[in-house]
Amino acid sequence: MKLSKNFTNPLAANNPVIVQILGICSALAVTVKLEPALVMGLSVTFVTAFSNLVMSLMRNGVPSRIRIIVQLVVIATLVIVVDQFLRAYMYDVSKQLSVYVGLIITNCIVMGRVEAFALGNKPWDSFVDGVANGLGYAFILVLVAFLRELFGSGTLFGFDVLARFGYVNNSLMLFPPMALIIIGCIIWVHRSINKDLQEK
Amino acid sequence: MLNLFINSVFIENMVFAYFFGMCSYIAVSKSVKTALGLGAAVTFVQVMTVPLNYLLNEYVLKDGALVEGVDLSFLSFILFIAVIAAFVQLVEMIVEKFSPSLYNQLGIFLPLIAVNCAIMGGSLFMQQMIGTEINNVGDSIVYGLGSGIGWWLAIVMMAAIREKIEYSHVPAAMKGPGIAFIITGLMGMAFMIFSGIQL
Repeated sequence: MKLSKNFTNPLAANNPVIVQILGICSALAVTVKLEPALVMGLSVTFVTAFSNLVMSLMRNGVPSRIRIIVQLVVIATLVIVVDQFLRAYMYDVSKQLSVYVGLIITNCIVMGRVEAFALGNKPWDSFVDGVANGLGYAFILVLVAFLRELFGSGTLFGFDVLARFGYVNNSLMLFPPMALIIIGCIIWVHRSINKDLQEK
Repeated sequence: MLNLFINSVFIENMVFAYFFGMCSYIAVSKSVKTALGLGAAVTFVQVMTVPLNYLLNEYVLKDGALVEGVDLSFLSFILFIAVIAAFVQLVEMIVEKFSPSLYNQLGIFLPLIAVNCAIMGGSLFMQQMIGTEINNVGDSIVYGLGSGIGWWLAIVMMAAIREKIEYSHVPAAMKGPGIAFIITGLMGMAFMIFSGIQL
């Protein structure tokens, strides 16, 4: 019961991106197209899940004074694994993601979940929490990328969708500011539904 | 060099063009005073870590730099973040020792800088720009300074706008982060005017 709640909570009601405002840095830059957004979401899920698992296993052996450095080393190692994997098997996508793969290290979701959850919970719970938060992040990424690719280039995963109906591409959707405005609107909708999140 | 500076402050602004450091940008931009303090600290760390990482890249990580025929560039993530975390720790200790009043003002923000994407992003972009725009240590200092000031400018402007918006009637669901994102988007569009400027 508790485990399934841990899993579903970060997907909607307590989404890391739109409720806790974490991990925005990389969330927006990779959302011009669906494919890199999906790959980025899955990479972050992998890193969050395993950094939570590793730090939870080590939680009793690491003195709290040096825990930040230990966390950074664990996270950086996992990110190097992801980066090398993408370069080996998905070279085009890894070129599009450029520095944003490296920036998973400083993604606040990864660090935030380790600090807030993994250091005080058992390994399996922490792993599930990591997967769920990563998927919550991936969900927002894919949603933003869906809107931007559909209305910006008229395609989805590179296939023509709107062009055949005579749609003229709105290239403003491809510029960085629109990603921010779309996230703003998603927050608006989400908070209109979940009234307890509204400020004051 | 001037071109590089202008470019990194206005055209390729860390916040508006690349969304770097958004987490602390949204969280700390509630008052101009704290925004000024955090911006100064970020700029300082940026000016120091970008050249340090440049030297590290040139003399240790680059293909054949340390040992002939060995390419260590896959280690750059872990070494860059180690340099940044160690440097932030050092700055924290120095400030605590010599200026306790400043330490109390910045207190909570200093350790946060280590996980500010703008710092790590600055170093990673610097690594990509080697050979085109950045060719020596001087260039990397200018780039660090420019990108730091760009971030500083963005967060102070944002804080100034948010102080005013306290008095407006924002829809209840938009209050806080929602409206902050929309404002940042509009400011980003304004900053697009600068694109294409060449000096």
